[in-house]
Amino acid sequence: MKNAHTRRQILRNGGLLGLLATIGSAIAPRLALAEWNKPAFDGKTLPETYKVLGADGAKESSDVQLIASDIAENGAVVPVQAVSKIPNTTQISFLVEKNPNMLAALFDITPDMVPDVTTRIKMGQTSNVIVLVKADGKFYTATKEIKVTLGGCGG
Amino acid sequence: MGHPMKIRASSKDGVTEIKVLMNHEMETGFRKDSSGNVVPAWFIREVTAKLNDKIVMTAQWGPSVSKNPYLAFKVKGGKAGDKVSVSWVDSQGDTRTDEATVT
Repeated sequence: MKNAHTRRQILRNGGLLGLLATIGSAIAPRLALAEWNKPAFDGKTLPETYKVLGADGAKESSDVQLIASDIAENGAVVPVQAVSKIPNTTQISFLVEKNPNMLAALFDITPDMVPDVTTRIKMGQTSNVIVLVKADGKFYTATKEIKVTLGGCGG
Repeated sequence: MGHPMKIRASSKDGVTEIKVLMNHEMETGFRKDSSGNVVPAWFIREVTAKLNDKIVMTAQWGPSVSKNPYLAFKVKGGKAGDKVSVSWVDSQGDTRTDEATVT
């Protein structure tokens, strides 16, 4: 009988631990996700997205480079590289003008980094792709049109 | 827990280049399945990279980063034997961390 009692206790304790773990896992990801800038990623027009990012009045700059091919055969996988030669660059973002939501990715550039990032993005159709760089609190851009050819039909 | 990432980190002339290939569906929330139902959005939202336990890069992503995301970036310093770790958190709160050694 003592054994049964112990077993019950273990079950009860285990249940409590399980409950705590459930609560914990429900809260923890939310804390970790707190910084994700939802309004910026929800932006449906360029001015709207710029406004949320505080990038109103961003200027085209030859010190910002967007390295990508002119034609992307597969809009689902478009390689893009951004390089900033502006001192104190703290942020690099990729925006696709004709995607349902402009902002694709935003990188925080720490002083430990060389401002040079590469990733692959999705493009629904031929569009301007914009690299938005933040340096010393000011915003600079580089724009390039990337043609998307679907099913090899040419563009 | 997600699927493992592939991480390559190599140091040359005082700069360490870190290349990461993640394994994630990156659903946009716009796609429909074969029966016409919208597939809910599910994508990596935050990425953090550390060199020897110090955060060197953070990123926020939307659903228009490609499926199985590729990421390459450059960090000042770093030498062979240093430890690189990359973590992501997706829109469902799932998370994954993988490590590699600089060569």
